[in-house]
Amino acid sequence: MTSLWPRIEPLLAAVQKPARYIGCEDGSQAPVHSPHAAAWLLVYPDAYEIGLPNQGLQILYEILNERPDAVAERSYAPWVDMEAALRTAGLPLFSVDTHRPATDFDVLAFNLSAELVYTNLLNCIDLAGVPVRAERRTAAHPLVAVGGHCTFNPEPVADFVDLVVLGDGEEVVSEITAVVAAWKRSGRPEGSRPRVLRDLAQVPGVYVPSLYDVVYDGMRLVSVTPRHPDVPAVVEKRTIADLNQWPYPKSQLVPLTEVVHDRLNVEIFRGCTRGCRFCQAGMITRPVRERSNAQVRTMVSEGLRRTGYDEVSLTSLSSADYSGIEDVVGGIVADPMCQGSVGVSLPSLRVDAYTVGIASQIAKVRRTGLTFAPEGGTWRMRQVINKLIREEDLYGAMESAFSQGWNRVKLYFLIGLPTETDEDVLGIAQLARNCVAVGRRFTNRVTVSTSVGGFVPKPQTPFQWFGQDTPGELSRKVNLLRHDLQRERGVALKWHDPKATLVEGIASRGDRRLGPVIEEVWRRGGTFQEWSEHFDLTRWTDAMAAAGLSVDWYVHRDRDRDEVLPWDHLSAGLHPDFLWHDWQDALTAAGVEDCRWTPCYDCGACTGFGIEHIVASPTPPAGGSQGTGQGVPVRLVAR
Amino acid sequence: MTRVRFRFAKLGKVRWTSHRDMARMWERAFRRIELPLAYSQGFSPRPKVSFGLALPTGAESVSEFLDVELAPGADADLPALPGRLSPALPVGVEVTAAGRLVDGGGSLQSEVTSCCWVVTVPGLDPGELAAAVDRALAAAALVIGRERKGRLTEDDIRPGIVALESIDDATLVCELATMPRALRPTELLLALGLEPSHAGIRRISQWIERDGARWEPLAAPAGATGAPHAAGCAS
Repeated sequence: MTSLWPRIEPLLAAVQKPARYIGCEDGSQAPVHSPHAAAWLLVYPDAYEIGLPNQGLQILYEILNERPDAVAERSYAPWVDMEAALRTAGLPLFSVDTHRPATDFDVLAFNLSAELVYTNLLNCIDLAGVPVRAERRTAAHPLVAVGGHCTFNPEPVADFVDLVVLGDGEEVVSEITAVVAAWKRSGRPEGSRPRVLRDLAQVPGVYVPSLYDVVYDGMRLVSVTPRHPDVPAVVEKRTIADLNQWPYPKSQLVPLTEVVHDRLNVEIFRGCTRGCRFCQAGMITRPVRERSNAQVRTMVSEGLRRTGYDEVSLTSLSSADYSGIEDVVGGIVADPMCQGSVGVSLPSLRVDAYTVGIASQIAKVRRTGLTFAPEGGTWRMRQVINKLIREEDLYGAMESAFSQGWNRVKLYFLIGLPTETDEDVLGIAQLARNCVAVGRRFTNRVTVSTSVGGFVPKPQTPFQWFGQDTPGELSRKVNLLRHDLQRERGVALKWHDPKATLVEGIASRGDRRLGPVIEEVWRRGGTFQEWSEHFDLTRWTDAMAAAGLSVDWYVHRDRDRDEVLPWDHLSAGLHPDFLWHDWQDALTAAGVEDCRWTPCYDCGACTGFGIEHIVASPTPPAGGSQGTGQGVPVRLVAR
Repeated sequence: MTRVRFRFAKLGKVRWTSHRDMARMWERAFRRIELPLAYSQGFSPRPKVSFGLALPTGAESVSEFLDVELAPGADADLPALPGRLSPALPVGVEVTAAGRLVDGGGSLQSEVTSCCWVVTVPGLDPGELAAAVDRALAAAALVIGRERKGRLTEDDIRPGIVALESIDDATLVCELATMPRALRPTELLLALGLEPSHAGIRRISQWIERDGARWEPLAAPAGATGAPHAAGCAS
């Protein structure tokens, strides 16, 4: 079909931020479709300015377009005004690259990075002109695929998706392409959909929910089992062994309009073995795979030259842990190409690895935003969550920052953690206050922005058995902090809405019985739930009640060891025994070391896949305790 | 200190970007071609770039301007700059001229006195547009409601219409004053009783008028991006 642009453009004068819909970004492609090439529409189910910078989507966009048997374009959830205009005009979801209708594609592939986008997933499928329930689709409809961190428990959206991809996408998209391209070349005959889904289930890392039977006994989940012998009983995630073989994105998209993270982003390593027990990302992306120092330098200098950005972010789950981080930052700052005008930001920093050396390198150009995440307010709490950073480490990091001219830092904390007492909560206020005191030694204009989020236990983590705090309890804890900090002018307290935390809790550990709930919230107009102006808890609680489901049972209840969890048939490589023992250790406040620099404790992530860490340095890069337990008064467990 | 003025066009899909978006595109383009610019002092140094009158989001133009200050001691091969800059800018943004500014010249915002526009309004009956133009030109006053800093005010826009004519049943050519406050083509359409949301709007020239003479901030060289209907807006 031809471009819908002539029909889309007349709608743009009446919508907010029309540049969301034009494409034209530097690095965007206009691939030529053919009957032989599997056509992927990569969709980020949130607003353009949130979705465009997503690196995962950009990586797959390039890899697929390099293949002779695939083409890939992009789409983002149209904002509510544009959605209404499209529906009134009878127009479908479209690609921003060549403005083709979504049904011109063979695969609609969604990135699910947060549970609150589930209703947008349904809305995009519906706007595409595809039945939202997978069982109603025919060979005439595209396949609906999902990837991203939420797929480690995709059961709440199992009714709406055809295939789920677990883990790194770089290799598996090509294997899926081979199956889909063959299906396309066969002319996608009537009745061929079950066959192609069965073939896709043979691809390692691909989970096809419709090929599994789910058995319940009352509320209790009994089993999720494959319906055919050739369909895997447990689907294992995909892991690329060496990040250096995947120097993507090579041509990062440069948007024409304002987006989040509007700068060059270079991924310096994937995976994290710090072992923070609340952190799903750290658990499901193991092991650590560093990109070589030389490749990082090349990607930075070529990326800056090509894009014209004056800021580069070195991304990972804990960037200061990268071997040789000071050299890399110093090299970028000193590069003659940068003319001393390129700022460096490290978005995810551990306080025990943030040194004066890094701070002074960064400060040479521009003092980019500094965010640290102590997560817990007391040492006891941080032992429970295995974030083994000492107060002295935090104050040392503050001194590094304030002494190098910063006057504003951000701190992130969680509340509602296992075994938490009011003393732990108030410890957050005390830490923030002490940080302000450190800053005042250097400047009078200190702001310590302190963000507090309610903890949502996530699948495939040691805390997956834990009962989440109620919104009432979270609000009470927030109020403790507000009261305690009301006279402290240097601390700016912010908190996440406990009502939204509740909905994340419903969706993150739910099972397939939540499908009708998500569908009902969507049908009542509950899209863009990550945006506070569109979020409404009553839509969710009403839908739960209408489906006869208990919020308390799904969210606030501790699970037993022998309970079958909805994601037990999906594996991130971690042994269930490892997770359970780590949960028990948490309850006794016992820590584990970082296995990058200490012996393996056999979590399963390396051994199960025959891979291992790729780390250039045998010791923690910045010295200090590094959260490895070295020199820290902590009871460590040996396994 | 060398100051350079650029003239450029903004056509096609990129017209849906905003004035602020354009500012960021230019900053990236200057870094891509490694043009040494002067930077402001202070906490967060910015290149010394000044833009002219904002073009409304959604409007096209063949007559946009931008002034930059080169880094101290730096010089640039001016005739070569448009050819280097256009590929570093998004498709649809084309640099058509570059010229050195003499010292003492004012800013674009303070010097430009009027702009010429071509406005296409589809779907009107034959003669409807010409009649609306005649009524507007005959009126002593044209009062419209405008929002200014969150407050609704009533303004007479008639003095801001320097010239106005319809050249066919769907096309207006007009010259609108920028002082004391710039009159927008969409405001003109509202005053004419026409729906602005489906109009095609293109700025074709900007004028500096002083002491009975008028000139463009920087003339487009012959053969540069054409300005259809430009003849309707006599210089």
